[in-house]
Amino acid sequence: MSPEARVKSNRDSSRVANPRLEIKRSPSDVPLTDVEDVEVFGVQDLSVYYGSFRAIRNVNMTVNQRQITSFIGPSGCGKTTLLRCFNRMNDLVEIARVDGKIMYHGVDLYHPEVNAVEVRRRIGMVFQKPNPFPKSIYDNITFGPKIAGIKGSMEEIVERSLRRAALWDEVKDRLKDSAMGLSGGQQQRLCIARALAVDPEVILMDEPCSALDPIATGRIEDLMEEIKSEYTIVIVTHNMQQAARVSDMCAFFTAEVNETSDTRTGILVEFDKTEKMFSNPSDERTENYVTGRFG
Amino acid sequence: MGTSSKALTNSSEFVRDRLRGRRFDTTGFLFRVLLLGTLFITLLLLTTLIFDVVSGGWSVLSTRLGSFLTGKLSISATTAGISQGLRGTFFIGLFVVLIAFPLGVGAAIYLEEYASRSRLSRIIDVNIRNLAGVPSVVYGLLGFAIFVKALRFITGPQSNGATVISAGLTLAILVLPIVIITSAEALRAVPDSLREAGFGVGATRWEVVRSHVLPYAGPGILTGTVLSLARALGEAAPLILVGATTGFLSEGAGYSLSSLQERFTAMPIVIYTWAGRPQEGFRSATSAAIVVLLVVVLLANTVAILLRNKYEKRR
Repeated sequence: MSPEARVKSNRDSSRVANPRLEIKRSPSDVPLTDVEDVEVFGVQDLSVYYGSFRAIRNVNMTVNQRQITSFIGPSGCGKTTLLRCFNRMNDLVEIARVDGKIMYHGVDLYHPEVNAVEVRRRIGMVFQKPNPFPKSIYDNITFGPKIAGIKGSMEEIVERSLRRAALWDEVKDRLKDSAMGLSGGQQQRLCIARALAVDPEVILMDEPCSALDPIATGRIEDLMEEIKSEYTIVIVTHNMQQAARVSDMCAFFTAEVNETSDTRTGILVEFDKTEKMFSNPSDERTENYVTGRFG
Repeated sequence: MGTSSKALTNSSEFVRDRLRGRRFDTTGFLFRVLLLGTLFITLLLLTTLIFDVVSGGWSVLSTRLGSFLTGKLSISATTAGISQGLRGTFFIGLFVVLIAFPLGVGAAIYLEEYASRSRLSRIIDVNIRNLAGVPSVVYGLLGFAIFVKALRFITGPQSNGATVISAGLTLAILVLPIVIITSAEALRAVPDSLREAGFGVGATRWEVVRSHVLPYAGPGILTGTVLSLARALGEAAPLILVGATTGFLSEGAGYSLSSLQERFTAMPIVIYTWAGRPQEGFRSATSAAIVVLLVVVLLANTVAILLRNKYEKRR
């Protein structure tokens, strides 16, 4: 049994708190030819509220397996809010409330029986600002697998995760050094490696390159392209070139101003293949945005 | 060509002039002097205090330090010692460390990491802050009512409850709000991005708190708690109310468990009592006792700083 397979079977057998969430998946399960058809997320009429403020409303979209889906749009249009619903990260904001459904392989993520911790093990996240744990590089990677109860060689997991995140060669001689000593780009790749270490299905990326220089950004984009064959990626970005370069599908959001309460609510304007979004969008607002006429 | 290069020279000369002009920032200078003055006054007061007590107690500290530390309370200033006071202070410190620290840190972790931001939690928060400002005498009265009277059967039936147990518990309660506030502030200083990082890889709240929040907040919590320990060691008023002995103590001033239920005294009480004695010899004994108490508190702080540095390095 390959170590990878061991890791998976171990997790699937012992760590699934909610049997309804059990999902048959492994990169080899599905032949690469029909990946386009496998729906990972189905968002159904989703609205998110912070207290009485509605941050985003009536979103309907699907995210397919082993594709990169990008969210673009001006600031304050709810892209990050929506992204953080995909792994129930918004649970940590006490006043946040969700209306509608996010189906993950047919399971409503916000069903009361769904265990948010288990959701986050399957749906990893990379944040806007690199946020490695103030510990060694090694400990950064092993924390996730350890709490997930994954037995087996941690050295192997560390090497595999760091290799996938294209960081191994740079840090292999100083795994015990503090992660805080790495450069910003290296820290962000470490955060990606940390997310990969628990072997999730989906990786959510919230503007992962906004704090990085163009070279580090390029590295992360190459990395995304590379791991795309095994992971489903949803990325929020303010960089339209980035969305055009890396993503297969693209969602454009904008904010509509509610004149009575002077608040802004995000709406999904258009969701289509990235190519079409950037060459021949159906909605005028999308066209104005991607051509730089607005936002 | 000629005119344009002249214009250039003119303008660069103009810039040079502007840059060179040395202007004196009077208000800024005065503010700086004012700040320096406040620092100077503070340091002056502290050094005066330390110089005063050290020089006052020097005759005792230099001639009979050993017998002073190990001797017992006495009517004679030349033989009087502070061993019983040190013992009481040691036990009070022990009670604070064993009771106030776990209770206070635990309450702070709950308030900061678990409790929802409701109206109730805000009310609790404000009240803990208010409790930290309650005069120590009031805590003394509380300790008298609860530990000395109501719980006498535990704290010391033979000594009417006026024991080091009552004193230790009273002072533990006294510093509890301070421990909670300082710990809560240390926890609040933990960046949310760190918690998100933990949750993001599928950690439970407990795993995030244990593995990331507490190690990060640890040094801050430690500093705050040890400062509150120093406060407890220096309190005299509550001890008077719970019945610390100012005169003689019976034998048995050991560090055994049963001695906890006997009558007691502590360093601040020894200082307070001796300062009131008319005999000349007690004046230097008082100063010497103050020096010893200061050293004890400084030692506690030093330990805290060393521990903090050790843990901060691991970050």
